[in-house]
Amino acid sequence: MISSILLINQKGEILIHRSYKGDVTRTEATLFCSRVVAAKEAREKPILSIGQCHFIHTTIGDITVVATTKSNANVMLVLKFLYRLVEVFSAYFGGQVDENAVRKNFVLIYELLDEIVDYGFPQILEVDILKKYITQGGMKTVDLNDEEQLKKLTVQATGNCSWRADGIKYRKNEVYIDVIESVNVLISHKGVVLRADVSGQIMVKCLLSGMPECKFGMNDKLVMNRDPRKANKGTAIAIDDCRFHQCVRLPKFDLERTITFIPPDGTFELMTYRITENINLPFKILPVVQERGRTRVECSVKVKANFAKNIFATNVIIKIPCPKTTAKAHLSNVGAGKAKYEPSQGGIIWRIRRFPGDTEYTLLADVELASSVTDKQWYRPPIAMDFQVPMFTASGLRVRFLSIQEKSNYKPVKWIRYITKAGSYQHRI
Amino acid sequence: MSDGRFFQTTKRGEIHELKEELHSANKDKKKEAVKKVIAAMTVGKDVSALFPDVVNCMQTSNIELKKLVYLYVINYAKAQPELAILAVNTFRKDSLDANPLIRALAVRTMGCIRLEQITEYLVEPLRRCCKDQDPYVRKTAAICIAKLYDISPELVEDQGFIDILKDMLSDGNPMVVANSVAALSEISESAGKNVLPMNENTISKLLAALNECTEWGQVFILDAIATHTPTSARDAESILERVTARLSHANAAVVMSAIKVVMRFLDRITNTETIRSLQRKLSPPLVTLLSAEPEIQYVALRNINLIVQRRPTILATEVKMFFCKYNDPVYVKMEKLDIMVRLASERNIDQILMELKEYATEVDVDFVRKSVRAIGRCAIKLDRAAERCINVLLDLIETRVNYVVQEAIVVIKDIFRKYPNRYESIISALCENLDSLDEPEAKASMIWIIGEYAERIDNADELLDSFLESFHDETPSVQLQILTATVKLFLKTPSSTQDMVTKVLKMSTEESENPDLRDRGYIYWRLLSSNPEATKQVVLADKPTISDDSYSLDSSVLDRLIDNIAMLSSVYHKLPEAFVTRLRTVQKGEYEDEEEEEEEEDKVARLRQEMKEGPAYESDEEDERDRDRDRDRDDESSGGEPTDLLGLDDTTTTTTPTAAAPTVPQQMVLNADQPGQKGQRGLKVAAALTRFRGSIVLQMTFGNMSQMPLSGWAIQFNKNPFGLAPGGPLQVQDLAPGQTATASLPVTPNQLLSNNPPAVPLILQVAVKTSLDVFYFNVPVDFGVLLVEDDSTDKDTFKDLWARIGEAKQVSVMAMAPQPLPSAQCIQTLAAVNIKLVAQRAADTFDSLYFSCTTTNRLVVLAEISLQKSGNGVKVVTRTEAGPLIPLFQAQVAKSLTLQRTG
Repeated sequence: MISSILLINQKGEILIHRSYKGDVTRTEATLFCSRVVAAKEAREKPILSIGQCHFIHTTIGDITVVATTKSNANVMLVLKFLYRLVEVFSAYFGGQVDENAVRKNFVLIYELLDEIVDYGFPQILEVDILKKYITQGGMKTVDLNDEEQLKKLTVQATGNCSWRADGIKYRKNEVYIDVIESVNVLISHKGVVLRADVSGQIMVKCLLSGMPECKFGMNDKLVMNRDPRKANKGTAIAIDDCRFHQCVRLPKFDLERTITFIPPDGTFELMTYRITENINLPFKILPVVQERGRTRVECSVKVKANFAKNIFATNVIIKIPCPKTTAKAHLSNVGAGKAKYEPSQGGIIWRIRRFPGDTEYTLLADVELASSVTDKQWYRPPIAMDFQVPMFTASGLRVRFLSIQEKSNYKPVKWIRYITKAGSYQHRI
Repeated sequence: MSDGRFFQTTKRGEIHELKEELHSANKDKKKEAVKKVIAAMTVGKDVSALFPDVVNCMQTSNIELKKLVYLYVINYAKAQPELAILAVNTFRKDSLDANPLIRALAVRTMGCIRLEQITEYLVEPLRRCCKDQDPYVRKTAAICIAKLYDISPELVEDQGFIDILKDMLSDGNPMVVANSVAALSEISESAGKNVLPMNENTISKLLAALNECTEWGQVFILDAIATHTPTSARDAESILERVTARLSHANAAVVMSAIKVVMRFLDRITNTETIRSLQRKLSPPLVTLLSAEPEIQYVALRNINLIVQRRPTILATEVKMFFCKYNDPVYVKMEKLDIMVRLASERNIDQILMELKEYATEVDVDFVRKSVRAIGRCAIKLDRAAERCINVLLDLIETRVNYVVQEAIVVIKDIFRKYPNRYESIISALCENLDSLDEPEAKASMIWIIGEYAERIDNADELLDSFLESFHDETPSVQLQILTATVKLFLKTPSSTQDMVTKVLKMSTEESENPDLRDRGYIYWRLLSSNPEATKQVVLADKPTISDDSYSLDSSVLDRLIDNIAMLSSVYHKLPEAFVTRLRTVQKGEYEDEEEEEEEEDKVARLRQEMKEGPAYESDEEDERDRDRDRDRDDESSGGEPTDLLGLDDTTTTTTPTAAAPTVPQQMVLNADQPGQKGQRGLKVAAALTRFRGSIVLQMTFGNMSQMPLSGWAIQFNKNPFGLAPGGPLQVQDLAPGQTATASLPVTPNQLLSNNPPAVPLILQVAVKTSLDVFYFNVPVDFGVLLVEDDSTDKDTFKDLWARIGEAKQVSVMAMAPQPLPSAQCIQTLAAVNIKLVAQRAADTFDSLYFSCTTTNRLVVLAEISLQKSGNGVKVVTRTEAGPLIPLFQAQVAKSLTLQRTG
């Protein structure tokens, strides 16, 4: 599987080199550093081979994380492992994974790399468990000389519920559910919706005692239609695909479409889903962009909010691209918020802090172009939008219930929030 | 507290200081010191000198310190093997510790020390840990078996560890099961044989563990299940019922491996309804992968490319999901384009064309080009959409963006070939862009179009003429097209283009240095001058049709790539054997730099050696004759003293006492273009089996004709009648491409007995393993090599034996020598191959010589050789208990005495 793991900084220096099999040498790794990392080849594919060695890599901030192999390894596994590795690091470094943090924690990193991979095979990457017995980093919670505790630990780490420890206690039992939807839209310059989909994420923060048995329900069309009593209650939605956290019992979902699980402690992503049918686009963009001769571009961009009056979108940002040769942009009639031509962003950035539902704003811009020697065509990148709409789901998804059963029979307090964000929200011009 | 500060010490005498700190009585100080050592190790400083001091810290109950020391030991054990042995005792003690973490740590670390010396100490602790009561220890032990296999496969097999692993598949703990699967798969891969055979029993154990183990374990298990070939449709269905639930797992790797199992098992299922429902289940998870991180998307797209080639219906309605986003990385966009073309159908082509047109105006040149090509591929793929594609291409040509125009012309040429006589009306639009063409491929395409449709282009001659001026500056591909197009033009309108064709033919033949161009020019010239009608039939013949299949993989390759979904193989679209080279990694150290230096020295030494010895390959007959002549001369000068036939001159060996036998004529036994086991080529071997100072030696010369350095040498013989076996390891240094090296290997007889009678000619089947491949070849064996020096037959025993064997087992042959053979020469020649003279008798017309020889397996062959005095006739009469040896003996005698058999 994996021959070695490397952490490399932007200059192409090897910060960490942990070899598992001894068949990939540091020299080979250095070759990769000089050819790929230091050369800053952003176009490079994430998987490439130099000589007989294959490099699978991803870059996070100023660190490139690399796995090497000389066998026909499972690349998907390796990539997924690399992301998870970074997550583990960030849990230990307090969220920040950068060169500085790596240099500060190299002994910890070596210990982690020793524990989470054995002979190139990923082993235990559950941070909650690791924190119990990793000696470095000062987070160890289990006394490693107490045999009883150790026994529990090893059984849990290797068992079928490795994500939750025994004996968790909360005075007040609470659950927070966040439904976060990202809307991805691509609209042609003629205003035709080329694609629109929602990728949703259900984040759960569990502050529950003991080993709670949970059951989760949404207004999923497949479930709702099965039960005639519920068929009329509200609108059911069709979910294209969903994916669940390791804790969810998949065979049960496959057969009955019920979501049952024992949650990990703290925050985790219970599920992600994708919906393509009946999506309510929160914003409509109506752009008119005209190139007037060689020196002027006229833009008029109208943005309309397509949700109920009583809710607001926040932090709305509309990026209207301008040609590279832009000299000046006269902005007139900014309906709301502030707009400014920002050369570093390559266009006009229009910011509206609070955008109430069922309203529309228009921006008119007159862009002056500097005359340039090369008569290059303007490639017209799309207008892009960023926003957040709390208490709104573009897909119409609603959580119907979350039932929790535990031996001690407590009644937890449940909180729920919905928010819709812009994913890749683009309108071609 | 941070570890960063450890990097800051750069003082001199650092090692010494560290040494002192390591011996400090203060635990914390010790710990700090070990951390400093590890820091130095991290930045590549050599701190191996501290090995004994660090190992000294190992005996501690403090697990933190222990872990640090273990980390150090793994790194440097290779450099200090003798000292690493010192650590073994602590490891063994730790493997009995009450703390399961320490037990596991000890086994894990011992497995990481890649030293053969350590393996024997590992066996017992490992066996114990496989049965440990703690699952954490067991799961570590399972992986450790795979580690041990990599160092010493024989040991693992002999000690029954494979069976232990198989038993561990029934373990109650899911992680132990998953790791055992992983270990068995790894062993299967490196052994080149399947040690994890799938049967109903195993599958049901794996499926049970699948629901409970970690996400990584699920991938190991799914990958193992994917190697199973279901026995029936029912079998396939019942396994898939349990596997499809994994398609909703959050981890993309679990999903992808589940998809692999489904794709593989689908072939076994016969019920069309089941097939349809399974295919429907695959589509959503595949699409979801496209919203993951770009790297995951890339891998997913490469796999989707294979999946839609195999089962095109799976994503037929999802083409929109493959539309490129403006900020997708280029490597993702490129893959999406490929899949868009694959999914293109009459129904979605309009949408696709709109998208492709949009992409053709983007910034990235490579992406734009590929988009234009994609339009062309759509046209060729879909008959009815061809016209719409052409229109889009014409729109693009109108943008006058240079590279767009050129790319469009290249694809339009293909469209013309696919649909002749349909879209020629657009030629005039193409011709307008003639001047802007500066890339060879576009130019060549345009010229091809002009030549092909010369009769419809009014000014075809003018257009072609414009290329002639710069003829000699064009690339060969363009020149070839100009030549062909001009000839076509001439055949179509001979009257006006006579001068032009002569000019082009002249330029292509007399004035060109390109052999391809000259050849084609001369062919046309001769055709035209001998038979213009025939020329027409040749040059203007119908062309074979083209299709979009050229972008598809061969179905047998595709099937194997489907077996490799999610693996590296599926990303490269290459079969694993094409890029995986199995290395015996044991010999390889961590510190390559040093090794490289050594290698340099080796090279120098070898060069010197080669210069002394002359070229290694000397198997020409010419040489042998030279040698014979030398020998004759020697005979005269040394007064008929016995001389070694093989040219084994003792003087050379005394100057290099440790060296093996000097080079002897070797035969080429493996050509560089003969493939090995995995189809790799590039090893050249010449070899000879010789007898040297009473023992057998296999001399070989290796030549590396491949592109890769060769290392990891090993040798094996097949079983053979005389039981020849390698008497030691094959010692060859790593060979860089183009280099050669010689090796001589002692050979011991009576080891690898095949218990078959020998065949004629006698050969030895040899396998040589290198990092490139395993190569097989046959080395011819001279019977003489198998004859011992100490044949003890004297006159009396000869007589007894001769009589005892009797005439029934006598074989006699008649032969001719090239010239009359003096008996002295005959005796000498045969003595050199250990066929000893026992007695001799002179008659009137011939001399009778009595010979005896004994083989390595103590079989005696007796012979009477009669030499004709007046001519060159020879009679060989052989008697032996071991009949099969007779032909070998005869062959040897014939070879030594250069006899020609007559009857």
